[in-house]
Amino acid sequence: MKIIVCVKQVPDTSGKVAVNPDGTLNRASMQTITNPDDMNAVEAALKLKDETGCKVIVVTMGPPPAASMLRELMAMGADEGVLVSAREFGGSDTYATSQILAAAIDTIGVEKDDIVMCGRQAIDGDTAQVGPQMAEKLGLPQVTYAADIHKDGENITVKRMLEDGYMTIKVQTPCLLTCIKELNNPRYMSIGGIYATYNKPLETFDYEKLKDHRLINVDTIGLKGSPTNIFKSFTPPQKGAGMMLEGDGKETCEKLASILVNKHII
Amino acid sequence: MDFNLSREHQLIRKMMAEFTENEVKPIAAETDLNSEYPRENIEKLFDLGVMGMCVPKEYGGTGADPLASAICIEELSKQCASTGDIVATHNGLCCDPILTHGTEEQKKKYLPMLTTGHKVGAFALTEPNAGSDASKGQTEAKLEGDHYVMNGSKIFITNGYVADVFVVFAMTDKSKGTKGISAFIVESSFPGFSVGKHEVKMGLHGSPTAEIVFTDCIVPKENMLGREGRGFPIAMQTLDGGRIGIAAQALGIAEGALNEAKEYTKGRVQFGKPISKFQNTQFTFADMELGCEAGRLLTYQAAVLKGQGVRYTKEAAMAKLFCSEHAMKTTTKALQMFGGYGYTKDYPMERMMRDAKITEIYEGTSEVQRIVISANMGL
Repeated sequence: MKIIVCVKQVPDTSGKVAVNPDGTLNRASMQTITNPDDMNAVEAALKLKDETGCKVIVVTMGPPPAASMLRELMAMGADEGVLVSAREFGGSDTYATSQILAAAIDTIGVEKDDIVMCGRQAIDGDTAQVGPQMAEKLGLPQVTYAADIHKDGENITVKRMLEDGYMTIKVQTPCLLTCIKELNNPRYMSIGGIYATYNKPLETFDYEKLKDHRLINVDTIGLKGSPTNIFKSFTPPQKGAGMMLEGDGKETCEKLASILVNKHII
Repeated sequence: MDFNLSREHQLIRKMMAEFTENEVKPIAAETDLNSEYPRENIEKLFDLGVMGMCVPKEYGGTGADPLASAICIEELSKQCASTGDIVATHNGLCCDPILTHGTEEQKKKYLPMLTTGHKVGAFALTEPNAGSDASKGQTEAKLEGDHYVMNGSKIFITNGYVADVFVVFAMTDKSKGTKGISAFIVESSFPGFSVGKHEVKMGLHGSPTAEIVFTDCIVPKENMLGREGRGFPIAMQTLDGGRIGIAAQALGIAEGALNEAKEYTKGRVQFGKPISKFQNTQFTFADMELGCEAGRLLTYQAAVLKGQGVRYTKEAAMAKLFCSEHAMKTTTKALQMFGGYGYTKDYPMERMMRDAKITEIYEGTSEVQRIVISANMGL
């Protein structure tokens, strides 16, 4: 059994957010972090590794510095890393990215007992599309918004968190799960893990390695091939300050009614 | 000469910075206010391999080098010097002498306890009448058959009332002076071992300091650490290493105070502008930053030398002396920048200032460090 976890290096939005003149994020000048939901996916995989002794492989698509993120995840306990990196892959939207990652995962190989895990969505694009798209391309059943995962033999019971409640689903391996922050608290790297991480295998999948894969159409990947085009990017105007009405129920209701009357709303 | 940290050291700093931010910072004020040993965090530090990290893998550790341990203590101490102290004592003053001077049997028995076994370690040298003059200890150990009978007491013992394993120094032959001192590994469960007074201190409230009392305490013969009569050099050698830990702790306190003051002065507006924009504030910051950088270089140098297995007595003393005095200066100046707020418990400055003071005193006072440095200058 193995678990393949897809992760993404994203800008750290808790620090300074830099924007290019064309409205795109200036990623080069921003600190990076591992996408928070992806950290929950890694932790879920490592928990299953603690229970079953399975292998955990972390996979990312990104520029060469993304390898340092994979080393950190291996210092937490992941066994292997795969960096999918090529100029031809740059600028891919979700449709293109899911092709490339699905091809990478298929190249690693998905067997009967295996699980593919992803974070629900990345904080830079907030699309939540790549996980489900990969599942479709790989022909795997998918369960999104996993807030709890239990493995019992070939069956996995997943509690999905929905807006108005939970849904419990039993799914058979191989499958793809997307994880949310309610699932767990990601562990820290450990001292032993840090000393071991640079001795763990980290392979790079470049364009040559993946371009002929059946799941990839080279005309629909990268910036040129991506069907999504950014028309305009802008910062929405800030909302005005709110108003707090103080006093007891009747008093505040009267104040509210008079404000609404003055504004000709009622 | 490469001043960059290795990839591993960079990751260790990142990991400890995250741990400190998420686990240590939120409870640091409470730990101080309630004089509470941060047990949960120490357990987590065992799980992460920080406690006893320099112990080789075959004895349960991770085989980290002294620089890695210094980085961990520095990061922890940025928010909680008590936590830094507990780790520094465990790693530098208990695991290290057992690893360096222990027999194979002692290492196999005690080092796994102090790493994967989650048992806390301590070091017991100081006595009421033997502080800086450590050779004047009165605690005695007399050989009776297959064991020693130990009598006496030790004071100001860090980790005193939580530790399970102590490295203790006692006279085995009073007639020989310092050559009559021997080192022992003593477990808190040994008959005749007891914990005396819990110290109420100015700072480091989360670090449990206590008196240790030996009343006909039975210590098995095989628990002598190193050869008979070699206790004093073992103590001095151990303190050389321990000083790197205290230098790192003091450095962390100074850096923590500097960071807090930077944040505060950027937001505090007086006379129409943030007080960080006044030249007086900026010059003070420049001195603080300079001292932190210098202290970091001294501390890391001593740690690297220790890791290389070469003599580092003078370098450790210089690092400890410089960092501890810089921590005291920096916390004092940083508190001043907070004005009246710095004097209250609403901000961590008064805690940091109280915590900084001890670094000029324990594991050799600043005066003792000057003795050690000058004694190694060929004067």
